[in-house]
Amino acid sequence: MQYSSQAVAKPYFIAAIGLFTGQVLFGLIMGLQYVIGDFLFPAIPFNVARMVHTNLLIVWLLFGFMGAAYYMIPEETETELYSPKLALLMFWVFLVAGAATILGYLLVPYATLAKFTGNDILETMGREFLEQPLLTKIGIVVVALVFLFNLTMTLLKGRKTSISLVLMIGLWGLAVFFLFSFYNPHNLVLDKYFWWWVVHLWVEGVWELILGSLLAFVLIKVTGVDREVIEKWLYVIITMTLVTGIIGTGHHYFWIGTPEYWQWWGSVFSALEPIPFFAMTVFAFNMVNRRRREHPNKAATLWALGTGVMSFLGAGVWGFLHTLAPVNYYTHGTQITAAHGHMAFYGAYAMVVLCIISYAMPILRGRAANSEKSQVLEMWSFWLMTIAMVFITLFLTAAGILQVWLQRYSSTPIPFMAAQDQVAIFYWLREGAGVMFLIGLLIYIASFFVSGETKAKAA
Amino acid sequence: MSGTFTKSMARNIFYGGTVFFALLFLALTFDSMQAIPKRDNHANLTPSVIAGKKVWEVNNCIGCHTLMGEGAYFAPELGNVYKRRGPEFIKAWIQSQPTGTPGRRQMPNFHLTEQQLNDLVEFLKYSSEINTANWPPNIEG
Repeated sequence: MQYSSQAVAKPYFIAAIGLFTGQVLFGLIMGLQYVIGDFLFPAIPFNVARMVHTNLLIVWLLFGFMGAAYYMIPEETETELYSPKLALLMFWVFLVAGAATILGYLLVPYATLAKFTGNDILETMGREFLEQPLLTKIGIVVVALVFLFNLTMTLLKGRKTSISLVLMIGLWGLAVFFLFSFYNPHNLVLDKYFWWWVVHLWVEGVWELILGSLLAFVLIKVTGVDREVIEKWLYVIITMTLVTGIIGTGHHYFWIGTPEYWQWWGSVFSALEPIPFFAMTVFAFNMVNRRRREHPNKAATLWALGTGVMSFLGAGVWGFLHTLAPVNYYTHGTQITAAHGHMAFYGAYAMVVLCIISYAMPILRGRAANSEKSQVLEMWSFWLMTIAMVFITLFLTAAGILQVWLQRYSSTPIPFMAAQDQVAIFYWLREGAGVMFLIGLLIYIASFFVSGETKAKAA
Repeated sequence: MSGTFTKSMARNIFYGGTVFFALLFLALTFDSMQAIPKRDNHANLTPSVIAGKKVWEVNNCIGCHTLMGEGAYFAPELGNVYKRRGPEFIKAWIQSQPTGTPGRRQMPNFHLTEQQLNDLVEFLKYSSEINTANWPPNIEG
């Protein structure tokens, strides 16, 4: 590790992996509830499990992004972090707030939680992904602002590389767009319209800048390719991301009471959204092929290539599958959406966080790379989790196609629950793939505890 | 990407392209704000509907159901449930939960008051009258 303050990234990464495990466990509970409807009812109703599943996802990715930024920014700016103490303090604030929120979901009826956390003062709860109590939302803003202040001060006193600038634009964008979570108009159409300014402009907008910069950083390190080349690619990719993705928000404005011209704007621009993901895949493979050094951390390189491919498949291909308005008319809000959501989040965001962890964690633990044995285990976990996610996606897609046919497209449409019963076999198969994912994750965690001969000490 | 295309050119295209499309998006949003009142059924946004939306939110209905296709995919679409089932069925259904049928997906009982039930039904009626460009394809949602 070049700068001692980079060490604050370590607790962030550990927390990220811990919360990721929680997310997967709740995913398995929900998967089982799809086929054994009364499983764990009434202790953990589906809506509670889902809230925990999606909120843990968001929180562990945020921990991952923050850890990545704390690791990368000192190295990129060639200066110590403005305040490592503040970074550690915010770690505990965020962890405690996150844990308290999850416990609140699990232990208290949601309406009671809303009542006692100030939802009557400002009604922000009960909207998908933004279920957090007002206090938690304010906590997220405070943590984000202190985090951004810390990093911006670091950037101002150090070298300003393109990677660090793009990362900071992405992170500032993340914080700014989150502010729309406080805007919840009574008018349902406007509520939905601006709800997407958090959700879409995060995952198909500014988060992709964070993704791009994390990937670019790791590629510079593991391939030794000239920074000028990598940063030029980065700009080209994020240009395509925002050029397609901002207007691409329109693919959510087809059926929610918004003007119908969005069917054209949304279809055309979001149909182009796979391009930056394809470019990212080409970028990763190109840089690795042109590598000028053999980095001992093979696992990190594998994650870098994997995130390119899987984000292209999950966000790009599976996104395109249902993004055109005439198709989306039938697929909107079915298991097709769930299939896309799973592979896109895993490929684009889970994998890039695991990539930076894979690269940085050995260095934070005082070695350039983990032992051969540990890396082999990590690469096994890569393949298990990735293949499991491919199958989860395929099974949900199959369920979704059948659901669309039975409930929406056929000349004799059947009710929702009748259609669900018909496709149950695919939910069972998905649950099986989910167990495979968990095994992969457990092996991933085990790889941190496997010793063996380590490579040369890190500089 | 040969030597003639430099990093600073790429950077300028990034800033220029982003600003251009962000402004275009804002312009489209401005236009949408003018057009939405023709479709959004705001004339029926009564105090009861507003209270019903809050009942919808603080019981996390979106955690299982979709509303206009957005939400969770565990339970039926409710954007058009008012038209599919009617007000009395909706209230009776909510009150009779959970069914307790072994193996079947269970909906909790939220212990809603008569007032809350009425408000929620009003909210679902208002939602069902928003012009959604003919979505969902049929009454099953």
